[in-house]
Amino acid sequence: MTRTLPGVAAPRSALSSGRRGMNLFMGFLIALGTLIVVAPLIWIFVYLIAQGVGALSLDFFTKVPAPEGEAGGGWLNAITGSLIMLLIAATVGVIVGVSGGVFLAEFPRHKLMPTIRMVSDVLSGIPAIVVGLVVYSLVVLTTRQFSGFAGGLALGLLLIPIVVRTTEEVLKLVPLSVREAGMALGLPQWRVILSVVLPAATAGIVTGVMLALARVAGEAAPLLFTAFGNNLLNLDPSKPMSALPLQIFIGATSSYDVNQNQAKAGSLVLIVLIFLASLAARRATRQKRN
Amino acid sequence: MTPRLSTFKRPTPNSKGDGIFRTTIIGISLIIIAVFVLSIYLLGRDSIPALRQFGFGFLTSTVWNPVTKQFGAAPMIVGTLITSFAALLISVPLALASAIFVAEYAPRWLANPVSYLVELLAAVPSVVYGLWALFALKPIIQNFQLSLYTSNPDLVTRCSALRGEGKNSLACFFMPEAPTGLGLALAIIILTIMILPYTASVARDVIRLVPGDQREAMYALGATKWEVISRAVLPFARAGITGGVILALGRALGETLAVAMVIGNSTEFVNSVWGNTATMSSIIALQFGDAQETLQRSSIVTLGLLLFFVSVVVNYSARLIIVRLTPRGIQQ
Repeated sequence: MTRTLPGVAAPRSALSSGRRGMNLFMGFLIALGTLIVVAPLIWIFVYLIAQGVGALSLDFFTKVPAPEGEAGGGWLNAITGSLIMLLIAATVGVIVGVSGGVFLAEFPRHKLMPTIRMVSDVLSGIPAIVVGLVVYSLVVLTTRQFSGFAGGLALGLLLIPIVVRTTEEVLKLVPLSVREAGMALGLPQWRVILSVVLPAATAGIVTGVMLALARVAGEAAPLLFTAFGNNLLNLDPSKPMSALPLQIFIGATSSYDVNQNQAKAGSLVLIVLIFLASLAARRATRQKRN
Repeated sequence: MTPRLSTFKRPTPNSKGDGIFRTTIIGISLIIIAVFVLSIYLLGRDSIPALRQFGFGFLTSTVWNPVTKQFGAAPMIVGTLITSFAALLISVPLALASAIFVAEYAPRWLANPVSYLVELLAAVPSVVYGLWALFALKPIIQNFQLSLYTSNPDLVTRCSALRGEGKNSLACFFMPEAPTGLGLALAIIILTIMILPYTASVARDVIRLVPGDQREAMYALGATKWEVISRAVLPFARAGITGGVILALGRALGETLAVAMVIGNSTEFVNSVWGNTATMSSIIALQFGDAQETLQRSSIVTLGLLLFFVSVVVNYSARLIIVRLTPRGIQQ
């Protein structure tokens, strides 16, 4: 280090060239690393657009699959199946998830609180395929039937821990003073939670549920032995049902070009839907915060 | 409208409505615990036949053969561990780089889109990664394997002779058996990409939480930007980063379809970086549907039970580390 007079800025050369070089080099590596992280996403998107758009047509959304290997047909069965099972999943996930979140946020002193939070956190890490095995054992073995209900329940179980988490976090953002104001009006705690706290948090909870649904909508693993898949249009959830990710899996591993191309088109549709949902959810939270 | 005080019913601290509400909420919340307990019960019940037959040998036996009804999980356990840890090893530096870039280097107009892109990476479904790997990455790997073949013809013959005797050598470990493109290497690549966003987003959040004072003090000492990051920011954020890494490990261990689509699915031990092998979850996904024998079903469920316990332990320790090791200053 060169000695400099107090009050006089150290000259630029006070930084040894080694340190400056290291600084530049690491900055370069960090930028390069970031590029490598972001590149696959752009690659996937461009690839799916380039390869998938060709197989997209009106038929894709209005017809059921042709026999494997034959041209034509569409994925109507997968689209309706996904929608129905997501509806079932949302029902399960919202009822249990929001209740769990309310419990964690509003009864923090309850002796069950730490256990439920821990179990919920741990559940969020259970692999989706294992959840599929559990629901197979629970529903499919009992009813002796693959079904949309089983698939929806599997997705719902995946949804629960995510919804618990977001609900708890959103509820904690509602200021204590709002609760106190409700109490001061003489409302019992349950009325305060139901009519004051939850309405204030609704937007956040809805956003969280949307994001969670977008995440779960892409899961095929838990549906393999619960919903099983169905090449016919089926709106009855007590029967086997198809779903977009399931159909993508079947198409991608098929040896026919037609089916592979449809899988690429299906991936494009799925990924665009998921991105739109998460974009909308993000927009909503951002506006809320500003 | 102001009611007269006398009409105003003062709620007792334990009003009836509160009791009902509380009971309902707790009742429904208990479903969460019920799901957990039920999962252990059902998986445990269904794996009894396999455990009774093989005992702890199930974990160490290397043969998985539905025809001879021998089921040992060792090749799959090894496959799962190798793919997960290799993916972790590659993804952590990259994820850290992107987190540091977003939190420390990038201006706001760039940081927001980049961190959004990283989050979208987590939103891409597993099957779509699998499809992309199968159709876009596999041909590239195949070409590379072919070029390895053509440039080392001697080694190819030597390796196939060695493999015929069931032996291996270091050089052969990097030599593909057949240029299929599928196998361990592709599985590791796709897994790396899939777990990137988990480490990256946790690391980014934790780095952003590091107090500005910490940085300024270091700058005041005349440190360069990299010195500030490496000596003042990263050590402060290491607990959170470790937690994020372990969460990513949990994801990697359980990741199913993308891996199942590209790993080649052979229940043999890996014999080269390109070799076909399987993970626990890929075997569950690809064999459970076709398994007719009780013993095979039960063995597959046992793999599920094992995955269940491993992910419980991994996730629990991740949370524990995040809570315990985070410096007071940046605890949320």
